[in-house]
Amino acid sequence: MLETLLINYEEAAAIILFGIGFTTLLFQRNLIKKLIGMNIMDTGVFLFLASMGYISGRKAPIITNGVTDMEAYINPVPAGLVLTGIVVSVSVTAVMLSLTIRLYRRYHTLNLDDIYALSKHQIEDR
Amino acid sequence: MNFICNFPLFTIVFSLFSGPLCMMLRGRAAKYYTIIYECVLIILCGTVLWYTISSGQPFTYSMGEFSAPWGNEIRAGVLEGLTAFLFMIVMLCSVLGGWRFLSMDLDNSKINLYFTLINLMTAALLSLVWTNDIFSGYVFLEITTLTSCGILIVREIGRTTLAAVRYMILNLLGSGLFLLGVVLLYDITGHLLMMNMKAALTELAADPANIPVISLAVGILTIGLAIKSGLFPFHFWMPDTYGWATPTSASVLSSLVSKGYIFLLIKIYWRAVGLDVLRALPVSNILFVLGLCGMVFGSVSALRANNINRMVAFSSAAQIGYIYMGIGIGGMAGFSAAIFHIYCHAVTKSLLFITTPRLAEVSGDSLLFSRLQGSGLRDPNSGIFFTVGSLSMVGIPIFAGFSSKLLFATAAVGTGSFRKVILVMLILAVSSLLNAFYFIHTVIRIYTVYGSDYLRVRERGHHSLDYNTAAVILTACNLFLGLFSWVITDLIQKGFLMFS
Repeated sequence: MLETLLINYEEAAAIILFGIGFTTLLFQRNLIKKLIGMNIMDTGVFLFLASMGYISGRKAPIITNGVTDMEAYINPVPAGLVLTGIVVSVSVTAVMLSLTIRLYRRYHTLNLDDIYALSKHQIEDR
Repeated sequence: MNFICNFPLFTIVFSLFSGPLCMMLRGRAAKYYTIIYECVLIILCGTVLWYTISSGQPFTYSMGEFSAPWGNEIRAGVLEGLTAFLFMIVMLCSVLGGWRFLSMDLDNSKINLYFTLINLMTAALLSLVWTNDIFSGYVFLEITTLTSCGILIVREIGRTTLAAVRYMILNLLGSGLFLLGVVLLYDITGHLLMMNMKAALTELAADPANIPVISLAVGILTIGLAIKSGLFPFHFWMPDTYGWATPTSASVLSSLVSKGYIFLLIKIYWRAVGLDVLRALPVSNILFVLGLCGMVFGSVSALRANNINRMVAFSSAAQIGYIYMGIGIGGMAGFSAAIFHIYCHAVTKSLLFITTPRLAEVSGDSLLFSRLQGSGLRDPNSGIFFTVGSLSMVGIPIFAGFSSKLLFATAAVGTGSFRKVILVMLILAVSSLLNAFYFIHTVIRIYTVYGSDYLRVRERGHHSLDYNTAAVILTACNLFLGLFSWVITDLIQKGFLMFS
């Protein structure tokens, strides 16, 4: 068991990162920390994807010296997926940060519990 | 290739272009543009539906003419066509029905931006329906999440921002899990296109040693989508999100966005995992139990609500439970019932969400039950539309809700498992009873007057053509689904047969 984990240390690290990020996003009450958690979670997935997509000893999929053998190169798709994922992650972070700024301006705190308590006092209109 | 085969891509590209275009238009112009272009989308989706029914064949559109294992694909069959068609009708009706409140809740200079978001969301939802590639599914899932956050926060009161943050956090957890699930599936199969993935998974599942890995991947993906669509126990964000949003947003979020996620899940189950593999995994049983819990707990929470929008929102949690129960029952019958309930709930919930603010408007702008007394008399049209929606939710014959409950019951009987039948029947009965309790109670409330209540608030309902048109279309859809349910279920089953 331990040996398998040691051989696949990159994947193991990725899953641990995912777990750290996920629990931070779920349990931290501070909005900025939640966002950091989200980024760690996404990074975990990207590390997983990148390490799975790489086969040691092979090259980036650009034909060099006329070698067209498939075995010489790695599959470019996982790298493409990581890039797409990073773009998505960045845009989500941007939106969440802008929301956080808006909440902070209104309630002057970043703690979600405090914000929730403050919002309870608002008059319930339509 | 037939010209019609381009239509699914056209719908997505049109919507993507319409977004930035609306940014440049003025508010009112953006509204009219969106309405016209939604009508065009309805026609395009309707044509695709008609084409797939008449040809009896689904078609795939390879992007950039790259063939199967490399390229990205769009696929259209009867089920995709029907879903896209209905989603676009509901989208149009939500925009029409909520327009009056949109112009009240939004700053005049920002209305065009709202329509930008609506158009981008349309593009993302249509892509979720048409896509044949699981990673594109993820990307458009995120676009849907971002735009739905956008249409939530346009109403600038503190509570919508807070609701949006909670909604986003839950959705981000869901997206993260979904992404991990997709990556794991890609890792073990080496494919992203659904059909190739299914072939690889079927091969892998032949060896029992691989079942735990497949279970893990499919399970993580399912939990992600379940969190995003609000399955019990992840439904607590619903009342705040739907309750404080502007009516169009509430209607779109509850009847389309969460349904889009579920449609993607069903598509992945049928086309990327395959029912034979799915049967070997414990996922459906878990969904079945959570669905049953959702049906009861959603309704119990709705009973305790003191505000009509919160009640309708909690009832959404219960209805999501119904859909997941259908998925949990499994097989053709269970999935058909789930899809039918998606349609039924989409047309009913959007009707309810565009009528409740009208009832509140004639009750001194209050959504509290105590103030709504007699509001159905003050605004007769909204009263009738609300009653139609409520009766459909309760499951009175001739309305859509009845047909879907009947389908769930027959699907459960079809499984042949005695325990499942008893459980489904029992929970269906309890849930219908609870539904009846709070919906009929509300209907009676809006039609009864105590003493001077009727006189106290003298406002009359504001009649506008767009709202009435939208509500009449949704009511007609509701009655059609209720009276001619066999037409729709036939189409759904045809669609499922095309899936495999």
